[in-house]
Amino acid sequence: MTEPETAVHHYIEALESVAGGEPATIRELRRAAMDRFAVLGFPSMKNEDWHYTSVAPISTRAFSRTMSSSTVAPTDIEPLLFGSPDWPRLVFVDGWFVPGLSNAPDLVGVHAGNTADALAGGRTDRLSELGTIATFDDAAFTALNTALMQDGAVIRISRNAEIATPIHLVFLTAQPVPLSVSFPRNLIVLEHGARATVIESHVGLRDDSYLSVPVTEISLGEGAKLEHIKVQNESVSAFHVGTIQARQARDSELHSFSYAAGAELSRTNVHTLLDGEGSSCTLNGMYMVSGLQHVDHQTRIEHAQPNTTSREIYKGILDGQSHGVFNGKVYVRPEAQKTDGKQSNNNLLLSANARVDTKPQLEIFADDVRCTHGATIGRLDEVALFYMKSRGLDPEQARTLLIYAFAADVLEEIGVEQVRDSLEAAVFARVRGEELVTSD
Amino acid sequence: MLEIKGLRANIGENEILKGVDLTVKKGEIHAVMGPNGSGKSTLAQVIAGHPAYTVTGGSITYEGNDLLDLEPEERAQSGIFLAFQYPVEIPGVTNAYFLRSAYNAIRKARGEDEVDPLEFLDVMEEKMKLVDMDPAMLNRSVNAGFSGGEKKRNEIVQLAVLNPRLAILDETDSGLDIDALRIVADGVNKLRSPEKSAIVVTHYQRLLNYIVPDYVHVLAGGRIVRSGGKELALELEEKGYDWIQDAPVTAAAAGAGSRA
Repeated sequence: MTEPETAVHHYIEALESVAGGEPATIRELRRAAMDRFAVLGFPSMKNEDWHYTSVAPISTRAFSRTMSSSTVAPTDIEPLLFGSPDWPRLVFVDGWFVPGLSNAPDLVGVHAGNTADALAGGRTDRLSELGTIATFDDAAFTALNTALMQDGAVIRISRNAEIATPIHLVFLTAQPVPLSVSFPRNLIVLEHGARATVIESHVGLRDDSYLSVPVTEISLGEGAKLEHIKVQNESVSAFHVGTIQARQARDSELHSFSYAAGAELSRTNVHTLLDGEGSSCTLNGMYMVSGLQHVDHQTRIEHAQPNTTSREIYKGILDGQSHGVFNGKVYVRPEAQKTDGKQSNNNLLLSANARVDTKPQLEIFADDVRCTHGATIGRLDEVALFYMKSRGLDPEQARTLLIYAFAADVLEEIGVEQVRDSLEAAVFARVRGEELVTSD
Repeated sequence: MLEIKGLRANIGENEILKGVDLTVKKGEIHAVMGPNGSGKSTLAQVIAGHPAYTVTGGSITYEGNDLLDLEPEERAQSGIFLAFQYPVEIPGVTNAYFLRSAYNAIRKARGEDEVDPLEFLDVMEEKMKLVDMDPAMLNRSVNAGFSGGEKKRNEIVQLAVLNPRLAILDETDSGLDIDALRIVADGVNKLRSPEKSAIVVTHYQRLLNYIVPDYVHVLAGGRIVRSGGKELALELEEKGYDWIQDAPVTAAAAGAGSRA
């Protein structure tokens, strides 16, 4: 254990270990980010954005940045895949790209490479959006990721290319030593009119304490449409602080789903800037935790232009002594007239000791808008359970069906059938008390 | 088939049933009538095993077994069905899925094979015709967004599919217009058989024009204060409930002698 100040210093030192030979712009970006992190430090609970989540388990430990990937067998990857094994995938182990486990897409209109190679090869043309979407002025973990980013996926979809097959990014931690940290950095760029689906899986192979701080930047050109699905199934002793940050041009559509069931402590930020007229986003998510798990989501939708639309549904299922946090921010700038926003967060507590803090937050500076939000926290409906039992269903079956029904409408919105089926199965498994988090 | 003796039941600290005796034989239809707050619905729900009520005395014997010893699902599996006064909405679970789960749960309890979805679809569509219900309802969530009448009809569809030996209709007529009432009653009448019994709980005589009972009981103040044939219902319709409450009853129950 170390003090947070010591931990901050530990990361500043880690910057020295970042390999040289990168373009000057990247070196400057790293340096600026680390300078900012040194000023911000780890967020305390006095910070409004971290009011219900203590990062002490992260800030009082010295995690070491992984320098290479450990060996992983293809059979370890197979259970993590959705749909066909032929789907293009980029696999990262301990934060580093592993070509041997990957299946590079051979699709017209798709560039799928990795960040480390682009950095080392000086291909800043492929990284031109890097650091411009996920800003770090008031985001300590994004600053830390930017300073120490290692590798990640660079996905670029050309103008009007429609990619039907999902591209799967797998982030697997398999480090045999505890207290490792990886800083995956992804960039997803869809040019004018392009369409694609990207799935991100974050999984731990061992039940160790490790930290993962991924950042995904998304740039959507005019009329582009992206389905982005994040599946967080880290080991139950792990820590995960991830950020997905998007910028959307005119008439673009972002459909995001964030699923969080793993990690001892996880925080997922999903932020989007509706920066073009007619752009829209759907930010959905589900979290399902038990035991002593802590799961936190913060979403931020910024309506910056007229006629923009946002839809948001987050659902939480909490058992044991777990703690869920949801903070949904919606900003409507003065010029964003005719904004149409709907947000809801519903939580189901399965035990008397589970806890949820939910905070919808609307800040509206335009006068002609339609925005609604709502949050609920409830328990299983005893009357509904009795109704089902009175029709012959046994209590376990009735409970399972009710919990499933709670989650069904948001799961149904997942655009990839194979992911939807897999997450539905995960809900059923969790309800039956089976171990969900993949370990060993 | 069903024998209730000296049944007493509480909700919280409140005693609602204060010694109910009722015997229902195979093939019989019994109407239980009474003013608001008399305990009619409580009786129906206690038979089905509603957890909100505590039985504090007396017994219920069903087909020779102690019914109070059984969980709600075991009661359902042994052939008891309660049509709810307020059917519960279950968003996210389709009627088809719910009904099939219930049907299979009951078959499984009897040691019979479960049916597959396609086979079952035929069963359901046929039963829906009984109450003139659109088969499209099968793919809608259980009772979610249904009108009052649709919910009541849906209860009868469930009744028809699950085919119980003892059906309890708890104010199935309340909130129904005359056409809907006729449809629901027709549905119930088609299910009548010498092997099956029913308890029809109602505030109004109206329903009994369509579902003609063998016996009528008046429940007031938590006890059955009068029993008779179907003509008793007509008498109640004419005179209201006040005249019949000769037994000592609580002020709340006595004050509720509204006319139909």
